[in-house]
Amino acid sequence: MFLDLFYGLREAGVPVSIHEWGTFLRALEEGLHGSNLLRFYHLGRACLVKSETYFDAYDRVFARVFRGVEGALGDAITEELLEWLRDPKNFQALTPEQLAMLERLSTDELMRRFIETLGEQTERHDGGDRWVGTGGRSPFGHGGQHPTGIRVGGPGRNRSAMKVAEERRFDAYRTDVRLDARNLRLALRRMRQLTRSGPSTELDVDGTIDATCRNGGEIELLFRPPRRNDVRVLLLMDVGGTMAPFHRPVSELLTALHEERSLRDLTAYYFHNCVYDAVYSSVRMQRGDAVPTADLLRRFDGRWKVMLVGDAAMHPAELLEPYGGIDPRATSPTPGIVWLHRIAGHFERAVWINPEDADDWDSYHTSRVIRRLFPMYHLSVDGLAEAVTALVGGRRPGHAVEPHS
Amino acid sequence: MDKDNGFVRFRGTARYIASGPLVDSVNCALALERPLLLRGEPGTGKTVLAGHVAEALGMPLVTWHIKSTTKAAEGLYVYDTVQRLNDSRFGTGDVSDIGRYIKLGPLGRTFAAAERQVLLIDEIDKADLEFPNDLLRELDEMRFSIPETNEEIVARQRPVVLVTSNNEKELPDAFLRRCIFHYIEFPDVAQMRRIVAVHHPHLDAKLLDQVLIKFYWLREQGELRKKPSTSELVDWISALLRAGVGADKIETHIPFLGSLLKKEQDVDALGQYDTRSGRYPKSWADLGPRYQQ
Repeated sequence: MFLDLFYGLREAGVPVSIHEWGTFLRALEEGLHGSNLLRFYHLGRACLVKSETYFDAYDRVFARVFRGVEGALGDAITEELLEWLRDPKNFQALTPEQLAMLERLSTDELMRRFIETLGEQTERHDGGDRWVGTGGRSPFGHGGQHPTGIRVGGPGRNRSAMKVAEERRFDAYRTDVRLDARNLRLALRRMRQLTRSGPSTELDVDGTIDATCRNGGEIELLFRPPRRNDVRVLLLMDVGGTMAPFHRPVSELLTALHEERSLRDLTAYYFHNCVYDAVYSSVRMQRGDAVPTADLLRRFDGRWKVMLVGDAAMHPAELLEPYGGIDPRATSPTPGIVWLHRIAGHFERAVWINPEDADDWDSYHTSRVIRRLFPMYHLSVDGLAEAVTALVGGRRPGHAVEPHS
Repeated sequence: MDKDNGFVRFRGTARYIASGPLVDSVNCALALERPLLLRGEPGTGKTVLAGHVAEALGMPLVTWHIKSTTKAAEGLYVYDTVQRLNDSRFGTGDVSDIGRYIKLGPLGRTFAAAERQVLLIDEIDKADLEFPNDLLRELDEMRFSIPETNEEIVARQRPVVLVTSNNEKELPDAFLRRCIFHYIEFPDVAQMRRIVAVHHPHLDAKLLDQVLIKFYWLREQGELRKKPSTSELVDWISALLRAGVGADKIETHIPFLGSLLKKEQDVDALGQYDTRSGRYPKSWADLGPRYQQ
C-alpha cells in the first residue's frame, strides 16, 4: 500500500526516482513525520516532489492512496495515545541477540503494520512486542529498540492531511494543461547549442596567461570568438480555420519564441491546413507573400530546427491527393504529404506541435499519418519542453524517415 | 541551539514567522543533511529565511549570491593568476608560494571552517544551466581538491545548505534529486497578520484590516503584471505610518500606490479603475467568500 504512493506518483507523471524514495524512507526512519498524517503529507512532498507544478498531481495521488487510512492515522492518534507515549517507561535493555532476532521489517511492511496496529489498539500498552506503546520491542512507539522502527509522538495535529490534499490548491501551477508565455519561455530556454564562431572579440584569459608564460613574461594577448547560441528555428504555422479555437495558445507560443532572445535566428512561415508548393511569409497569405516551398528547402540548410504548429486535422484528400488543398490560392499538383516527407527528410530535426488534446490525435486519419513523419507534441509547457529536447537534445533512436518518391 | 533527539532543530525565530510545513522541511534537510531548495513568489522571504535559520541554530551564515556570470568553480576557490603574474613582473610579492594566490570561495570557506555553518546559495537559477550540475560532487562528498597546491579541502562538518530559486530556469534533475524541496506559499490573511505584527507591533487594528483588505484585493486583480508582495506590504505600512494616514482615508483611497505597484502599466490600470469610479472594497465581505472570517 505504501509503495502505491511511489508508483501512483510515477503514473501521474511526477518524476520520482529511487534516490528520492530512499531519501523519503530515511526521513521516515528518522521519525521526521511525527505521528501525524499532515506532516507525513508535507514530508513526502518535500522529499519526492521537486516542483510546485507537480503538487496537484501529488495531492490527487495522496488522496487516492491514503483515503482509507485517514481514520487510522489521522484520527486514531488520540490525545490519549500521545499521552502514553510522552511518558516512556525505562525499557528493559535488550541483548544484541534479541535485537538480531527482531525481524527486520521492510519499510513498506512497517508502514502497513503501523496503520493496522493503530486501528486495533484500544487500551494502554507497555512492554509487549506488537502494539504501540512505550518501552517494548514493537517497531512502533516511543523509546523502543527495533532497528527499523517508526517513532510515534510529536506535537498534535492541526488539520487533516486528507483535507489539505483534497483542497487541491496547486491546480493553478500545473504545466501539463495551463500555459502562458513566461512558462513557455522557460521551456524554450533549453533550446541552445553553444558554439564559438564569428570574429575573435573575446579576451582568452587562460590562453593569454599561457602564451605570456611561454613568452618569458612578456604579455601576449589572445582573442577568440565569443560563445553563442547556434540554434536557428524555422517555424511553420497552420492558420487554417480549424486552428481558430487555438488562437490564444498559439499566440502565447509566438510571443514566447519572439521573446527568447538567445535564439540565433527565428523565421516563421504560414500555411493553410497542410504545406503545399508554397508557404506564406505573412498571416494574410496573399499571393505576394508566397514563397515556393522548394526555395525554402534550398535556403534553409538541414541544421535549422523545424517546428510545425498545427492541429493535423483535415480531410484525407487535402493531405494525400494532388490538388488537394482547399485554399483556391494554393493549388498544387504535388500532394501535401510529399512536401511533408521532403521537409522531414531535409531537416535533421523537426517536430510537430499540436494544440489539440493528445487524446484526440488518433481520431483523425491525417493526424495518424503525420505522426509517422514527425514526432508530435502537445502545445503545453510540458509538451514544448519535450519538443525542445527532441530538437536539441541527444538523438533518440527509432525515428528514421523513409525517403518518399 | 535547540537539540532534540540528538538532532539540531529549527523552530523559527521571533522575527520570522515560518509555517509548520516550512519548519518541518528545514528540519528534514537538517536531519538528512541534504540541501534545501526553496521556491516561491518573490518577497515571500526565501532569502531572509537563511539568516534566521543561522540565527536559530547559532551558526554563522555564508551567502553566495549567484549572478549570470558565476561559475561553479568560483564557489570553491579562485586562483588569482593575474595578481601572481603582476607580482612576478614587478617583484612585489613572493611568487613561489602559490597558496598566497588561492582564495577560497563561499563554498570552500564553509568546508574549511572549524564549526558548522549555514550556506545560502541565493538565486541559483540566475547562473548557467549547467551550474548546479557542476556542484553535485562537491555537495555530495563535501570535499574538493586544489591541484595547484596539492591540497584537499574536506568539510569537517557538513554545512547546512539552503538554495533559493525564482524559477527563471529549470534546474537539472540530478541536482533536484539530491534536494529537499519546499515551495513557500503566499501567506494567508491570518499568517499575514502575524508577519505584519512582527514588523509593526502596535498597529491600529482598524488600519491593519483596511490595509490588508486593499492588499489582498490588489493581488486578486488579474490585469496586474506584478502582484505586490509581503515585503512591499510592510514598506507600504511604514509609509502610511510615517505620513500619519488614518484608517478612514484608506477605506476609500490607496495612497502611496508606488510602494505597492512597480510597473507603469499596473499603475495605469488601477488609475483607469479609479476614473471608471470603481469602488474599492471596504470590508472582508466585499472581497468574496474566500475571505470570510
